[in-house]
Amino acid sequence: MDDSAELLLDVKDVLEERKSRILVKSIGGCDGGGIRCDRETIAGSISQRACVYCGARVVLNPITDAVHLVHGPIGCASYTWDLRGSLTSDSNLFRNSFSTDLREKDVIFGGEKKLAAAIDEIIEGYTPRPKLIFVYATCVVGVIGDDIEAVCRQKEAQHGVRVIPVKSSGFVGAKPMGYKLACGALLELMGDAKQEQKPGVNILGDYNHGGEIWIIEGYLRKIGVNVVARITGDSSYEQLIKAPSATLNIVECSGSMAYLSQQMEKKFGIPSLKVRFIGYQDIKSSLVQIAEYIGGQELVDRALRLVEQEEARVEPIISEYRKKLAGKTAAVCVGGTYKAIAMIQLLKEFGVKTVLIGTQHGSVEDYRVINDFSVEGAVIINDTSPTEIEKYVREFKPDLFVGNVKERTLALKMGIPFVDFNHDRKYPMTTYEGMINFIRELDLTSNSPVWKWANTDPLV
Amino acid sequence: MKTRNFVNLNVNPCKMCMPMGAAIALRGIENSMMMLHGSQGCNAYLRTHLTTHFSEPMDIASSSLHENATIYGGGANLKKGLQNLIRIYNPTFIGIATTCLAETIGEDVERIAKEFRAENDLGAVNIIATNTPGYGGTLCEGYFTTLRDILRHVVRPSDRHDRVNVVMAHVSPGDVRNIKSMLQAFGIDAIMFPDISTTFDAPFSRDFSRIPKGGTPHADIAAMSGARATIEIGAAIPEQISPGRYLEDQFGVPLVRSPIPIGVAHCDSFMQVLSSLSGRATPVQFQEDRGKLVDGMIDMHKTSGEIRALVYGDPDQVYSVASLCVENGITPAVLGTGSVSKAYRGLLDKLLEHAGMASTILDDTDFETLEHHTLKNEVNLVVGNSAGKQLTEKYGLPPVRIGFPINDRFGGQRLVYTGYSGSLKLLDDMVNAVLAKKFGMHRVDMLEKYHRVEEPAI
Repeated sequence: MDDSAELLLDVKDVLEERKSRILVKSIGGCDGGGIRCDRETIAGSISQRACVYCGARVVLNPITDAVHLVHGPIGCASYTWDLRGSLTSDSNLFRNSFSTDLREKDVIFGGEKKLAAAIDEIIEGYTPRPKLIFVYATCVVGVIGDDIEAVCRQKEAQHGVRVIPVKSSGFVGAKPMGYKLACGALLELMGDAKQEQKPGVNILGDYNHGGEIWIIEGYLRKIGVNVVARITGDSSYEQLIKAPSATLNIVECSGSMAYLSQQMEKKFGIPSLKVRFIGYQDIKSSLVQIAEYIGGQELVDRALRLVEQEEARVEPIISEYRKKLAGKTAAVCVGGTYKAIAMIQLLKEFGVKTVLIGTQHGSVEDYRVINDFSVEGAVIINDTSPTEIEKYVREFKPDLFVGNVKERTLALKMGIPFVDFNHDRKYPMTTYEGMINFIRELDLTSNSPVWKWANTDPLV
Repeated sequence: MKTRNFVNLNVNPCKMCMPMGAAIALRGIENSMMMLHGSQGCNAYLRTHLTTHFSEPMDIASSSLHENATIYGGGANLKKGLQNLIRIYNPTFIGIATTCLAETIGEDVERIAKEFRAENDLGAVNIIATNTPGYGGTLCEGYFTTLRDILRHVVRPSDRHDRVNVVMAHVSPGDVRNIKSMLQAFGIDAIMFPDISTTFDAPFSRDFSRIPKGGTPHADIAAMSGARATIEIGAAIPEQISPGRYLEDQFGVPLVRSPIPIGVAHCDSFMQVLSSLSGRATPVQFQEDRGKLVDGMIDMHKTSGEIRALVYGDPDQVYSVASLCVENGITPAVLGTGSVSKAYRGLLDKLLEHAGMASTILDDTDFETLEHHTLKNEVNLVVGNSAGKQLTEKYGLPPVRIGFPINDRFGGQRLVYTGYSGSLKLLDDMVNAVLAKKFGMHRVDMLEKYHRVEEPAI
């Protein structure tokens, strides 16, 4: 590998103002002080980021018996219809995308009347009557100044149904702001009243992709820990309003749930514990910590027994694959830093070294953690762009790439084996069960015969 | 016919927005990049849909409008974005498309583009601007509006030449290639506009390129004014955004329209158009293909006759698939598009009246409404993009995937359903989907239906 200066000076691929967002492990940021993050995307730089509305929608969408009504032109509702792999054990209402489908005349004359009428139509048109409606404001609505709060309040009073506004105009910030707004909507749903507390946990920041939250709940049940509310994977209105009665919030995706856990601590006195169910080390320490908090030594012993059982079950399978992956290198480009950190750790357990880490968002502290977990010389990027990915993939030639949808095609086009770690995944990737799926997919892609053909030239 | 179950509510959209159409059109131009003037989210959604359907990397730049730009105007953002885009990608063609947000705050992208050109030494870089507010129409309107604006910016008066303009409806790269080879077989020197045949379906190469090779060359676009004729593929394209109409009005290039060539009738009329433009008889290969199609239709007619299909998608796609249906005795029981389209209604009314078939024809519709009519009309086959997946999940209706986006199957970019042979493939797929469902559990079904151990005395 070249030294960092040369790496970073290549203006063909990296914009001048982007250089401060790239960090090379142990050489420090270009300004000598860490990484610049939490800044607006640079116009024209091609970002993998989304918007405020997207952030709010992904967090709230898994609530199974909620109506998600998008107030705006059709695009935002169309592109987020049934957008996550979140599974449900109950209602399928959340798998619909409702829109006021604003047209030109609505934009000119205002959309409040249409929104009010749309809410009436939902209430009258669906049985059983929905208990909960989220109304999302999109860009246009923010500009034309529709008072969605007033409409929601009025309709809530009229129909006796919770109608919660989410002021998520795309331009008012970045995706994390959408997370925060979603957390705000959840807090509004929970209300302010303190509830009688019984030992039990809320699971925050798990969206039940491929049934992950069910597996985790199973672990907790075995240990003897009661789950009060799942937030938001496979959750329901009834469940969410009971959330304040829990005694502990366990937080998986901290990026999306930070605000909710802080506020619940402030309002209801519920402390929170950051957990990760990805990889042996993290699953074990998470289960032990939860057990300890809820029930002391007896539960800790149970947790350890569970860990022992599960590890004995999956390790023989995993070790077979591990042999085939030893010594490989990986690039990890995902959305949030929670996922990135978990991935680096998991890959380490599989004998794979991560040499490139890109995320869309993260705090200085998050990147410090990533830096600590990374190997010497690894490149860490905030608000990764495809051309930067391309540059460092050429540079490092990683054996594997872990990423989302938009990275997939780029990696494959560059001939790099790829594993999807996206929110539309169909089967679990976290938990012990997920570890098997994950390492299986690593093997499936990296040891496929197709790459042999990718390294040949057409016949002349 | 009510086109929606609800008046003020769209439930499960059967349409995408104009910028998506702009992205597809621009990708068919050589060495081009798109700059979307709006907030970051539109980009993410467009890129996700396009990249999953086409299995290609899909880079679109954004001016990343935030609060300040929304209040004070986004011109500075847009210009900076253009500079950065040029620096990193070196495109020689940039299409600036607007979004709901940019249009609502009243951004004059045409003016900003002109200023940018005046302020910077751009050399040979073409920059065009197009207005594609999300509330102004669907993917379809965005696609043609963008094509027309490309012409408006790029076409120059030119001497008459012997080439023919071919304005493509939005079909798969595989279908674009197929139509190209038909034109070649007639010896027609065509300017394909746009040409997504390789840009959205690029061969693997060890030498990865940021902007895929291919697309309509800029010099060809400039010279479209001198062509012998324009063939516009698509019968339901709105007049006011028809690229072919623009070339006829501005430069007197004669316009011939042809529906997407799916089904015997539409393929025949396409062949006639090519024949009269080239002065050649239909090549033997296509005569044979036609014979094979008819042969296949005869082989399959009894299964076809039992099919009641829901067909949804772009107006022109629905029209051509419906045409194949009626030729085969397949009842196109429910026909739906998310676009507002009188032309589509007119074409379908005529088609069905002529065939003596009854059908529920919906435009400006949504999936909730389509689902309602699907159940009411005892539909047994669903023909369209992946947005219909819940109909299969809920009711076990077998799907045939055509159109965009297809994100639950591979190969959407390679589909060839045009021409006589492509039509036969589509018919095969439709009939076989129904057969698999019908006879998949046949023996068990029959056993349960007729086998009795005891019959009570009468």
